[in-house]
Amino acid sequence: MTTAIIDYGSGNLRSAEKAFQRMAAETGGGAVIVTSDPDVVARADRVVLPGVGAFADCRRGLMAVGGMAEAIEARVADGYPFLGICVGMQLMATRGLEHGETPGFGWIPGEVERLAPNDPELKVPHMGWNELVITAEHPVLAGIEAGAHAYFVHSYHLRVRVPEHRLAHVHYGQMVTAVVGRANMVGTQFHPEKSQATGLRLIANFLNWRP
Amino acid sequence: MLKVRVIPCLDVKDGRVVKGVNFVDLKDAGDPVEQARVYDAAGADELCFLDITASHENRGTILDVARRTAEACFMPLTVGGGVRTIDDIRALLLAGADKVSINTAAVKNPDFVREAAEKFGSQCITVAIDAKSVPEGRTPSGYEIFTHGGREATGIDAVAFAKLVEEKGAGEILLTSMDRDGTRAGFNLGLTRAIADAVSIPVIASGGVGTLEHLVEGVTEGHASAVLAASIFHFGEHTIREAKLHMARGGVAVRL
Repeated sequence: MTTAIIDYGSGNLRSAEKAFQRMAAETGGGAVIVTSDPDVVARADRVVLPGVGAFADCRRGLMAVGGMAEAIEARVADGYPFLGICVGMQLMATRGLEHGETPGFGWIPGEVERLAPNDPELKVPHMGWNELVITAEHPVLAGIEAGAHAYFVHSYHLRVRVPEHRLAHVHYGQMVTAVVGRANMVGTQFHPEKSQATGLRLIANFLNWRP
Repeated sequence: MLKVRVIPCLDVKDGRVVKGVNFVDLKDAGDPVEQARVYDAAGADELCFLDITASHENRGTILDVARRTAEACFMPLTVGGGVRTIDDIRALLLAGADKVSINTAAVKNPDFVREAAEKFGSQCITVAIDAKSVPEGRTPSGYEIFTHGGREATGIDAVAFAKLVEEKGAGEILLTSMDRDGTRAGFNLGLTRAIADAVSIPVIASGGVGTLEHLVEGVTEGHASAVLAASIFHFGEHTIREAKLHMARGGVAVRL
């Protein structure tokens, strides 16, 4: 079993790599590799797409690696588990509205829009620990209790068109999508690799998920 | 709802924690990574390392600290101190820091903040502002930026500067009340509130915490989104949990 964490120049992958390696070792989750090689992704048993920064920049970075987007799409179409983190999750949407309109993978119908909390006292970016409201059962969320906290840092969020695709949300002057899922795909707006026990649990669940 | 963050800060010099620490059961109390682990287990919301290494030759030691911390602690880590170039930022992020804090380099050249945010994203660029109350008339807001540990006045208005770095793309502001730092008399609440209310990015209050009540005031009166403290945690006076319980009793939403 190999989990490929995709490196397309978006931010620091070291903590993600270490968190996935730790949980893979603890739960027999196989090898974890950080790669920018589409051939490695094409053979991986699981695909993790991280992402920090702006939607358009991440999309551009992803497209700049020849064959990478196609390799990811093919793996997802073949039913292999996929996890998107932060902007990696946002890229699962139909389109992003940060710095103009940019298409996403289109797996989760919806738009990535700027946060607009209804309370002017609330700061953007939404930065820090927020309480998860889990609204659907999912193997990747197994053992994560209602009210568990996860670490967020983002200014845009994914507004899903199909409510069933939203597995968990948080409140920040508006409902903010925290976890999405459909078929063999999941995505988290928060950073599991930065969310201590809750995040490590989600990573272990993903590494052992058989959709 | 979003919780107010409690952030312990460790001063690191040549790869070692500078101030004494009373944690028991640490094999090596001077090792920042050992202390990071303790704070991680105690439920700190983020960690901050301030690199006060004097010589540039020993600068690499902070990278090693960040690297080893990222292997052991799965929580956000900010590293500040001596960050002057894009390469400094890149090296810290690659080593495992999630955010870097920029201080003097931002005062000297605010466009450095823009360059850094464009390159790495606003989410990882914290601007550290050291400011004090000054006599009326010196700056429009009555608060001024200082550098060199509070010794050198810059003539720059602190509130205007905070707005400027927000515009340049800073993701948050780490605000240290230099007239309170080390006094244990509490944050400069007027300064904290003036800046927190002037910007729409989060402000971390720092400098002067002597009691747990000061942490509450930083939020309720200073309007800070997070509080940073060093000595009250390091010397074993209070645990992170005690601080959070006290803040919760004071009406501040924290992660327990």
